[in-house]
Amino acid sequence: MPIEVLMPALSPTMEAGKLAKWLKKEGDSVTSGDVIAEIETDKATMEVEAVDEGKIGKLLIEEGTDDVKVNTPIALILGDGEDESALKNGAAAPAKAKEAEAEEPTKAEEEAKAEPKKDASAKVESAAANPPQPKTQPEPDVPEGTEMVTMTVREALRDAMAEEMRKDDRVFVMGEEVAEYQGAYKITQGMLTEFGPDRVIDTPITEHGFAGVGVGAALAGLKPVVEFMTFNFAMQAIDQIINSAAKTLYMSGGQMGCSIVFRGPNGAAARVAAQHSQDYTAWYSNVPGLTVIAPYTAADAKGLLKAAIRDENTVIFLENEILYGQSFPVPKLDDYIVPIGKAKIARPGKDVTIVSWSIGMTYALKAAEKLAEEGIEAEVIDLRTIRPMDTDTIVESVKKTGRIVTVEEGWAQSGVGAEIAARMMEHAFDWLDAPVVRVTGKDVPMPYAANLEKLALPSVDEVVQAAKSVCYR
Amino acid sequence: MVATAAKAAPKRAAKSSAGASRAAADKSPAAKSAPAKSASTKSSGALSFDKDQELHAHREMLLIRRFEEKAGQLYGMGLIGGFCHLYIGQEAVVVGMQMALKQGDQVITGYRDHGHMLACEMDPKGVMAELTGRRGGYSKGKGGSMHMFSVEKQFYGGHGIVGAQVSLGTGLAFANKYRKNDSVTLAYFGDGASNQGQVYESFNMAKLWSLPVVYVIENNKYGMGTSVERASSNTNLSQRGASFEIPGEQVDGMDVRAVKAAGDRAVKHARSGKGPYILEMVTYRYRGHSMSDPAKYRSKEEVQKMRETHDPIEMVRKRLIEAGFASEDDLKAVDKEVREIVNAAAEFATNDPEPDPSELWTDILR
Repeated sequence: MPIEVLMPALSPTMEAGKLAKWLKKEGDSVTSGDVIAEIETDKATMEVEAVDEGKIGKLLIEEGTDDVKVNTPIALILGDGEDESALKNGAAAPAKAKEAEAEEPTKAEEEAKAEPKKDASAKVESAAANPPQPKTQPEPDVPEGTEMVTMTVREALRDAMAEEMRKDDRVFVMGEEVAEYQGAYKITQGMLTEFGPDRVIDTPITEHGFAGVGVGAALAGLKPVVEFMTFNFAMQAIDQIINSAAKTLYMSGGQMGCSIVFRGPNGAAARVAAQHSQDYTAWYSNVPGLTVIAPYTAADAKGLLKAAIRDENTVIFLENEILYGQSFPVPKLDDYIVPIGKAKIARPGKDVTIVSWSIGMTYALKAAEKLAEEGIEAEVIDLRTIRPMDTDTIVESVKKTGRIVTVEEGWAQSGVGAEIAARMMEHAFDWLDAPVVRVTGKDVPMPYAANLEKLALPSVDEVVQAAKSVCYR
Repeated sequence: MVATAAKAAPKRAAKSSAGASRAAADKSPAAKSAPAKSASTKSSGALSFDKDQELHAHREMLLIRRFEEKAGQLYGMGLIGGFCHLYIGQEAVVVGMQMALKQGDQVITGYRDHGHMLACEMDPKGVMAELTGRRGGYSKGKGGSMHMFSVEKQFYGGHGIVGAQVSLGTGLAFANKYRKNDSVTLAYFGDGASNQGQVYESFNMAKLWSLPVVYVIENNKYGMGTSVERASSNTNLSQRGASFEIPGEQVDGMDVRAVKAAGDRAVKHARSGKGPYILEMVTYRYRGHSMSDPAKYRSKEEVQKMRETHDPIEMVRKRLIEAGFASEDDLKAVDKEVREIVNAAAEFATNDPEPDPSELWTDILR
């Protein structure tokens, strides 16, 4: 039997890639370790090595093919004593693989049925190439007829930084692997070439230290954008962020401020376990002196990051690794700014309000679609800025719907949902027809096992159930 | 304001006359100390101050001494609350280092910061009023003893987390390099802070990027109540940058001339683009760690001996008299003038109103 070479996953979140180039042709001999192909993901180009020895019998995927799903057979290698005739039998293999793939969702569906509240496939859905799109335009004040360009969140973030760096030479970006490596998640791709090493600065692995250096530079009047490879590592630096950056303006009686952006992926990626999967939104949102932003769409990522860089204060800009590769329409404007502190109605509705932000929006928007099928029109609010929180927009919605569900991947206790619930009691109690319900990450460290990780995160079904429960349905 | 104007004049004189002796100091063998365990390391052979410098150093140190004594008194009267860390005994360090700086250079330190602010020519009234939490304080009464800043005087605080100012100071130096100006940052910290991790993270980046920063370790021998010997595996703190190839030297931090000479060497090194430099100032605080510390971890004799034989102000005083630079009456007049400044500051800080309640909600965001 020929050996199948499968499309490899090159990162925890990769689901498909482009088969950029074959480096071996049919008939070539390969030994383990030989590079046989180059694969491009949205982040990088990677080489694929042969694991087995033999002769390339057949290349199954043409060079240049886009969107080859992980685990798709891409080549067949003939083993010892096999010749081309073996390929006839082997040709059946890809088909088998497809069958096997097809079985998986069925299994997931069964699990879901067995335990309807724990939608095991939610995470996979959320990571799909086509994220659920808000029904509303990016921003009400975008002129009618503005051209929309589809771009990924990753590209939007880079464009935002690059535009602001062109405009203001006080702005620079620093962090681990931001320059020569082009960004650990390729957010700063191409920036070293354009801006040079004085403004795109690779730091040693030293979060506490470089966060302090960034804050010091900001106290001196520069405008640093400090990238954390993930916010999990920013725990090392949180003293500088809170004690030095957030509090100095107050402690100096308004004399010395700290205009700085701390940005990077926050929360769970996929299968990276407890130490790399924490959502810090609630932590930072607790601190006066900080502005906390967590966008969902590429348009908001761009417009809000530009606003954050221009802001005179310390901004925590929470991105999400799973969203990086997802595409959204972005208005083609010279200077697209989204105001900090304003939530957005991502989908209008009248029966129940669902509030979320960042990746939580994928659950919220999908749940709204499912609810619509059952005749419940959910109004989905994308909070976008967590601090200062746009309470008015939520209250106005609740005045209309009388019901509210919050959705976040972070933990429930002292979470952002808890804060929203408290505000609803303070500001919308008389309009509430049901208690506020929170859908959150489960109260456990993030497990590694695929099934447990799915269980630990919120799911579309949980949001649907929560929305129905506040509608008493 | 009278105070500031009065002391600005001798300072300028001191700076202008410093040039000649600087060259000599540069050539002198720096006390690139052998792994010295002893506290008082001689750091330079060229320890001569001219008359203006001696007078300037004397007055500046005396101002800090009298200010701190008054702050201690106001604390005892309940006018100053919270933490209050006095600088008495360490005056030669900031005064000598400040004499090595020029316009545009920045200073940042930890929580024992009153002396640094006075040395930076910040107004004693504004500092004292901040200690008493009044609206005329440098931070409108919202920062207190440990948190004062002056953009005008290039003083960047005033930081309460042990060691944080080392990374921040490295960032100030980063900004100098980014702007391609020739300013140098002095980042002060204590022997206690010298064991913090971020200090070494900062050393590494400062050397890696050749940042114009001088790290001034004020080794007053106790991190709160723990002696250096009980906290540090190697007590020669000047060599803490060795693994980053940052040059360092131990300096007699009780002798303002030695401090100035070492400061000249270090600042020149940093300003010329060679990167960071470490000065370990071997000094001594006479008072406890803070006002609430009875300092029972050391003997009265130890403190007394230091005061009698190494007091930075007394040493200058003696030299001034011996050299005929000043008479006893001259020095009495200086003391009187300084006391008046300090009394005026205390008066202001006592009578200035507390911040308006509306100030609670200001200065959180710009």
